[in-house]
Amino acid sequence: MVELINTVETIDAVPHNSAARRVLYAARVKIHPKRASGYFRNLKWLVMAVTLGIYYLTPWLRWDRGAHAPDQAVLVDLAHRRFYFFFIEIWPQEFYYVAGLLIMAGIGLFLVTSTIGRAWCGYTCPQTVWTDLFLVVERWIEGDRNARIKLDAAPWSVGKAWKRLIKNILWLLIAVATGGAWIFYFADAPTLARQFVTFEAPAVAYFTVAVLTATTFVLAGYLREQVCTYMCPWPRIQAAMLDEDSLVVTYNDWRGEPRSRHKKKLQAAGETAGDCVDCNACVAVCPAGIDIRDGQQLECITCALCIDACDGVMEKVGLPKGLISYSTLKTYDAHKAGGLAVIGWRAFLRPRTFVYSAIWLAVGLAMFYSLLHRERLEVNVLNDRNPIYVRLSDGSIRNGFTVKILNMEQRPRSFVVSAEGLPGSSMTMTGGDGAPLREFTIEVEADKLRAIKVYVAVPPLLLEGEQVPFEFKVVEQASQTTAETRSIPAIFHAPPKETQP
Amino acid sequence: MASREKDEISGIETTGHEWDGIKELNNPLPRWWLWTFYGCIAFALGYMIAYPAWPLVSGATPGLLGYSSRAEFVKEVDSAVSAQAAQREMVKTLPLEEIRNNADLLQFAVAGGRAAFRVNCIQCHGSGAAGGKGYPNLNDDDWLWGGTLEQIHTTLQHGIRYLADPDTRQSPMPAFGADEILTPEQINDVAEHVLSLSAQPFDAAAASRGSTVFAENCVACHGAAGEGLREFGGPRLSDPIALYAADKAAIVAQVTRPRHGVMPAWNTRLDEVTIKQLAIYVHSLGGGEMPVP
Repeated sequence: MVELINTVETIDAVPHNSAARRVLYAARVKIHPKRASGYFRNLKWLVMAVTLGIYYLTPWLRWDRGAHAPDQAVLVDLAHRRFYFFFIEIWPQEFYYVAGLLIMAGIGLFLVTSTIGRAWCGYTCPQTVWTDLFLVVERWIEGDRNARIKLDAAPWSVGKAWKRLIKNILWLLIAVATGGAWIFYFADAPTLARQFVTFEAPAVAYFTVAVLTATTFVLAGYLREQVCTYMCPWPRIQAAMLDEDSLVVTYNDWRGEPRSRHKKKLQAAGETAGDCVDCNACVAVCPAGIDIRDGQQLECITCALCIDACDGVMEKVGLPKGLISYSTLKTYDAHKAGGLAVIGWRAFLRPRTFVYSAIWLAVGLAMFYSLLHRERLEVNVLNDRNPIYVRLSDGSIRNGFTVKILNMEQRPRSFVVSAEGLPGSSMTMTGGDGAPLREFTIEVEADKLRAIKVYVAVPPLLLEGEQVPFEFKVVEQASQTTAETRSIPAIFHAPPKETQP
Repeated sequence: MASREKDEISGIETTGHEWDGIKELNNPLPRWWLWTFYGCIAFALGYMIAYPAWPLVSGATPGLLGYSSRAEFVKEVDSAVSAQAAQREMVKTLPLEEIRNNADLLQFAVAGGRAAFRVNCIQCHGSGAAGGKGYPNLNDDDWLWGGTLEQIHTTLQHGIRYLADPDTRQSPMPAFGADEILTPEQINDVAEHVLSLSAQPFDAAAASRGSTVFAENCVACHGAAGEGLREFGGPRLSDPIALYAADKAAIVAQVTRPRHGVMPAWNTRLDEVTIKQLAIYVHSLGGGEMPVP
């Protein structure tokens, strides 16, 4: 078994980005991650396919909403101030749903981090996904780690320039597609795509695509791990989220140390040797440019590729896998103390995970409940303030009101408006024939707001005071039992009694 | 004074400045910052060439692009006006009543009228069109010259007692006191009568004497029961709304030496579309009347 060690190639890899080696005022040393293969690499391919698929394809999904609304499943219609998400339509005043979703995303991130560590960073963060995608292109054009290091060191030649050009063009194409997909969330995707290629799209579309192309290209192509190390706040916050029961990528030094490239010799000399053969495979595959054997580090995004690399080596040398593995601090300490510990599902049942889950669920359920019961008719009443009241020639007092009716359904509806609680009152409406009415019917178009001016007059003898509370009642005219009704309180203002003739 | 020295711990030279024992290391600027700084300088140079920049005696250097915020503003106003062209044309050609019956045009006209009202009318009629002493309240249903769309439109076009316009509305009330047409006693009596017309407390004996004076001097314009006569602009006296005031002193003052308000003719000041919009806006304030069929 021991003689097999020699079949493992030792890689001359240096963890350039580890805190100990990093020099703030020196140029960054480019990191050339070696291709990894194994369970976590496959999992990451799958996550990449799913997340990129969702991002690129979502705007093209259709959802029939009838004649009065767009048929795009997910659409942020800024021009008309509507947000469509499949069966949900949100008006600007319902923006708290978006706030709720953001709260859920935040709490969800806490929950995920406290249980399975920085899974967001390692698997689903756009920076990680696009960097992975750009690395695929880089590897395809320039070869794997060694070839890339060689190419970097080589003097400029036609071949090198050609490879660099092709690589950057492919990166740029991906970046344009990324920025391009973003704008389709804000307008009808097929129409905008046609306009975009015929140069008829609005300038802001081109500007947005240009900015996002630039950020994608620079962040995923050139900045890479620097985004995670220097620009992102999350690595600095996560320390508060992780505890001794959170899963983190761990080098099990209780098993690996003392590491040695000459284990056979050491053992022959009667000295102890750990399982780590110091082949540097874990350093070579690391996209963050660190050595996981240095312990927990802020730079580690827990992409788990070092686990794949180490498992491959352990398999070759005939040792059990898991020298580098997902582990918790508690398990690690138990092993170190000489005991045996297995991470069980109980590790996930902690007060903090219960609290996070409870908050997450509470926000989710509250939003779901209010979504099911939300009103699709809203009525606002504004008193005229200037003048507050008008005296008519028969002595009656008249007040003006602006009644705003928001029909949030995707169909035209008609409503009966009346004033309740003002004896003897009569109403007139701007645009009507001027005849006083007890109530009137108005039509509101689908998904629209209609504001009407209503004048309410009360004979002087029936006035009960200077400020008389009453209600505007708006009743949907519908045969269905689901007809919506709103009663909106209002105040009728009258002059003081003594000034009345 | 400044003395540069090498920091022992970091091995970096200090700037030589010291504040209460604190020294600053002379670290290089972050490169991204430095290049951003150079980039800003380059941008500023380009900007000064392309856009108005250097102040001269009578203006600024125009810049190669010829940009001007004033021209931009004019362009935006023009485009806003041309965007309204179709609606303005309809307001111009269609009769007032038809504009009022079209919900979209009504909204357009009321909005335009409200804007024009704020510029031209609030000086006398108030921002809420509630008027004041001597300035009619346009919200109520008491109209001196009529409250249909056409009547309001005519008033707007030709004004009131605006002598430069031959078609202006005229309603001179004689100065019954100042010109000694009536004696002070008669004026007192007729004032009591007017009080009775608008259901205010009055002296019955004086009012009864005043009714004769009223019948001889006032009914031609104010009507037998004080109901007013719009053809002559004779105000209605039998309601609680008064242009000046409804108390006896105000009535006596008005009969003795009447005041006559003036409104300019707007057809020489505003375009036809704006005047029509104003008519529709004033009509929409709640007191608008329907034409008699």
